[in-house]
Amino acid sequence: MSIKSFNPNRIRNKFPILNKKINNNQLVYFDNAATTQKPIQVIESINKYYSEYNANIHRGIHTLAEKATQEYEKTRKTVSKFINSRSEKEVIFTRGTTEGINLIASSFVKNFIKKGDEIIISEMEHHSNIVPWQMICEENEIILKTINVFENGEIDLDNFKELISNKTKFLSIVHTSNTLGTVNPIKEMIEICKKNNIITMIDGAQASAHSKIDVQDLNCDFFVLSAHKMYGPTGVGIVYGKEEILEKMPPYMGGGEMIKDVNFKKTTYNELPYKFEAGTPNIGDVIGFNEALSFINNIGLDNISLYEKELKNYASNSFNEIEGINIIGNSKNKIGIFSFTVDKIHYYDLGLLLDSKGIAIRTGHHCTQPLMDKFNLEGTARVSLAIYNTKNEIDYFVEKLKQLIN
Amino acid sequence: MKSTNSIQKDIISNFQTLDDDFEMILNYLIELGEKLDEFDVEEKKDDNLIKGCQSKVWLSYKIIDNKLFFSGDSNTSITKGLLSLLIKVFSNQTAEEIIKTKLFFINETGLCRFIGTQRSNGLESMENKFKIIALSNKK
Repeated sequence: MSIKSFNPNRIRNKFPILNKKINNNQLVYFDNAATTQKPIQVIESINKYYSEYNANIHRGIHTLAEKATQEYEKTRKTVSKFINSRSEKEVIFTRGTTEGINLIASSFVKNFIKKGDEIIISEMEHHSNIVPWQMICEENEIILKTINVFENGEIDLDNFKELISNKTKFLSIVHTSNTLGTVNPIKEMIEICKKNNIITMIDGAQASAHSKIDVQDLNCDFFVLSAHKMYGPTGVGIVYGKEEILEKMPPYMGGGEMIKDVNFKKTTYNELPYKFEAGTPNIGDVIGFNEALSFINNIGLDNISLYEKELKNYASNSFNEIEGINIIGNSKNKIGIFSFTVDKIHYYDLGLLLDSKGIAIRTGHHCTQPLMDKFNLEGTARVSLAIYNTKNEIDYFVEKLKQLIN
Repeated sequence: MKSTNSIQKDIISNFQTLDDDFEMILNYLIELGEKLDEFDVEEKKDDNLIKGCQSKVWLSYKIIDNKLFFSGDSNTSITKGLLSLLIKVFSNQTAEEIIKTKLFFINETGLCRFIGTQRSNGLESMENKFKIIALSNKK
């Protein structure tokens, strides 16, 4: 499909919820950075799993268990291809990005980081990429440093270079900011880290549905994402890790699935990726995630990027014409995420008033309180776009926002 | 003096004229908030602050003839409207009356359906603050 033949209405038809009326108005869903809506094929695949082959995976020998295991593992293969990992062993299922970061923080730190070492994050991180590191640092007397963010929402690369010392062992950085929309120069940052023997983790929660991710090309050591921000179900996430590093990391949780042999003298652990997947996983939703990835692959990430860029530029131009709106974050390289405040209308009021017109936006601090403090804000309103949004929806939003401002 | 229950019934009947229309309800709340007496700037201190996830509310009170009189403010117009309804219910009442009052107007006006009981609006914390003030002033 080329961009010329790209038809957002054909895409919209695949999402039952988009036909819904909210407060007597057609739903305009602009809260995609929080979670995206799900296409019918995802919903149907979960339904099919529970209706036709629900069983626990990996250990059962009966037909249903075999089918469920195959479908579950099929998703791992698709993810591996989607992010271009060397092997499926490098793909670990989690509950989401937050669990992924916690897994890496608590497991990696045990064998690789010691007292007095330094970890670097940035000022634009989501709380889920701040708090796990704070916890680990406090417990192990490790120093946490933060990279400065400029007023325009771009990361201060010079400051990043200055922060690096021979004690720096780890960089955990967001690919695309959920508040500012900024796309960080992560490839460049990873290269700098490689030269300094620093392990890198990329928080790809906001990136993976919008641009092509190639973990080999990036050369990152870890990459984490959430299915539900990629048209997939909630409760599923991925940790990608380089095999040689994952091999050296101890299990994160103990329980079923992650063991080879258990006895009271010594328990041995399963191989990758299973040693990190204790307990019965979220089978139905993992299977649903495969369909979400098929949905993205069928449109093609190149087409998605092109269309979303066009939509972002259109929104940006339209928003700039509204008097009394202040856009927070004007990075040159950004996706369709617009945080803003409006003179004289509190963001909470704005969110409810727009909801009464059928428009769903996010309001608040977006789990980035340090960033809000930096910009001297308590919160913002946020519009975040996805593949099924249209210029007509942006026009409708602008019209309603202008009415509220006047 | 009207009882807290009868004030709540008045509020419910006022809301019935809004036809369950979300936009009208929001505008009505905003109007109610605007009608609230101006809040003394000096009372905007941390002791009087109720911090919700997305909005801030300040609540102060005085006691005249054994009855509590509340005044308040919020940095958001809709929350201020909600606050004004609580002030209407709880003001000019004894501490004992406030403590035993069950708030039923939130459900019966349908407000909860629109505004939700989410932490973002802090309605629950507001109600608690009124009750705590009443408890600390109980005879």
